[in-house]
Amino acid sequence: MIRIEGLHKSYPIGKDSLHVLKGLDLHIKEGEFVSIMGSSGSGKSTLLNIVGLLDVHDVGNYYLNNQLIEKLNEKKAAVLRNKFLGFVFQSFNLISYKTALENVALPLYYKGVGRKERLKIALEYLEKVELGPWAEHLPNELSGGQKQRVAIARALATKPKVILADEPTGALDSTTTDSVMDLLKGINDEGMTVFVITHEEEVAEQTDRIVRLKDGVIISDELTESGKSKAKNYV
Amino acid sequence: MFKFIFDSDTWQEIYGGIRKNKTRTIITIIGVLWGIFLLVVLLGAARGMENNFKNLFGDFATNSLVVWTNRTEKPFKGFQKGRRIQLKTKDVEILEQEFEGRLKYIVPRCQTSSLIINGFKSGNFQISGDYPVLDKVQKKNLIYGRFLNENDIKNKTKVVVIEEEIYKQLFEKDEYPINQYLIINNVNYKLIGVYKSGAIDFDGEAAYIPFTTYQQVYNRGNSIDWMMITANEGVDIEQFELDIQLTLKNLHKVDPEDNKAFGGINLAVQIGKFTGFLTGMQFLTWFVGIATLIAGVFAIGNILLITVKERTKEIGIRRALGATPREIRQQVILESVFLTTIAGMLGIIFGGLVLYLIDSAFGSGTDPTLLNPTVNIPIVLIAFTILIVLGTSIGLIPAYMATMIKPIEALREE
Repeated sequence: MIRIEGLHKSYPIGKDSLHVLKGLDLHIKEGEFVSIMGSSGSGKSTLLNIVGLLDVHDVGNYYLNNQLIEKLNEKKAAVLRNKFLGFVFQSFNLISYKTALENVALPLYYKGVGRKERLKIALEYLEKVELGPWAEHLPNELSGGQKQRVAIARALATKPKVILADEPTGALDSTTTDSVMDLLKGINDEGMTVFVITHEEEVAEQTDRIVRLKDGVIISDELTESGKSKAKNYV
Repeated sequence: MFKFIFDSDTWQEIYGGIRKNKTRTIITIIGVLWGIFLLVVLLGAARGMENNFKNLFGDFATNSLVVWTNRTEKPFKGFQKGRRIQLKTKDVEILEQEFEGRLKYIVPRCQTSSLIINGFKSGNFQISGDYPVLDKVQKKNLIYGRFLNENDIKNKTKVVVIEEEIYKQLFEKDEYPINQYLIINNVNYKLIGVYKSGAIDFDGEAAYIPFTTYQQVYNRGNSIDWMMITANEGVDIEQFELDIQLTLKNLHKVDPEDNKAFGGINLAVQIGKFTGFLTGMQFLTWFVGIATLIAGVFAIGNILLITVKERTKEIGIRRALGATPREIRQQVILESVFLTTIAGMLGIIFGGLVLYLIDSAFGSGTDPTLLNPTVNIPIVLIAFTILIVLGTSIGLIPAYMATMIKPIEALREE
């Protein structure tokens, strides 16, 4: 689903440039539940931005759904994002003046789905995250956990191939963290590829595979307990 | 593109954006509204002044001049200075011949003041001996009856046309005055007409009797007091006045260099000054109006630009969710056009309303300041179109800015 070969990325800082990603190789198959662990500055956010087509890489190959990503203009990137990727952010990034339902329906709007149809779909996904009764509430009327569940519903609405979650629990307390992680696990169980970036060990442990990043290189890539048991079941 | 414009979803998005950002929307609307409002009101007021001006001078043949006489200030051909010049009816005949082609009307006039009596009521008024042609130079708006005619001149009839004010003083309210008899200097005159003088009238409240009757009754012989002359269209009125004065000086043996002997007012020159003033004012109106309009449009652009910065994050989210730069651009532009249109329409409506109020406050009565202050619909529509075009173009800048923001940068802002 996601294949990265020899990926490099540097950012210009004044006259110098900061080499953030130093040759990453990573292969994430369809249906995997992967977390990228790393302290701040390890390059994990940069990796997510590149995987999420929000930024472009300098050197190396990136295949999304077996499609080589190159010469990407904003328009193409927008279409691919809409088609393949669902984002979940640390700060939720809901549009404050839209209701929960409208927020979930927004990516469908850019996909070109008619209003009635997309509100119907949006409601289905809101119900899936158990927020059906809150459909008409504005984001500031929801708790942090609820907001993140709305964001997850929004990420799911276009039936993407991959869910990219950037510190999805970073702004949540431990109880809500668990509920959000359970939700992501449930989504993964239905076959969705989920890609989580976190610096919390407890969060990473709930995924199937942990990729540790340090100073722009992968220092370890191993399956967790649940990942191992899953792998066994498949065999 | 058209599908985009007529898509109800597009408008839903714009409506959402506008409704949830009330302050911004209101400020934007006020900016443009103020511009077009000022344009409409200024244009209307200028038009009102112009109308009022036309109304004031409307009763006059504007390319007219007035000639009267004084004493000479220079000795000439054996005459001492300080000689009193007296215009004669012969002068009129000579001028008519001499200036045939350039001269349209010439009105010799005699005036005096007299007591007018109607039964127990009486008053002192100006009596004027005139020809029917006076009506052409200085229109008499008749309320009752008719003005003097050629038969009155020929038969030296004892008839009189009076001003409304005289009628009010000498008659009961709503009394029918025609064919009643008035006594002026112990002579009975049949009243044939009542007129209403305009805001500007050389004669004020006068009673007109036939010129020939006046000559006989007041024993004036061939002498006249002064005259009014109207030139044909396209005649150089200043040169015309000089030529007439020169001819008269020649006829009366006055030094051509004598500037005192003949006096006069050149109406055309006076009116020309006013017209110039009006043109200047119209220019100023347009200038101020358009400048304000442009300022308003820039206000919109500015606010949209701020908005884009303010909404950086929202735009970033939208793009992360799959909005193409084109979609973002279209949304910003359409928002700008929509706001400009609404504001423009409101501006026109408020402007019209204020003009209506001005009209009801100052536009009526005997001496209106502004008469019928209106604006041309086509002019307003053109201004409106320019506004929308400018609104669109100015919307392009923030739209471009919006698409320049990389979604990653937009989302990074915390």
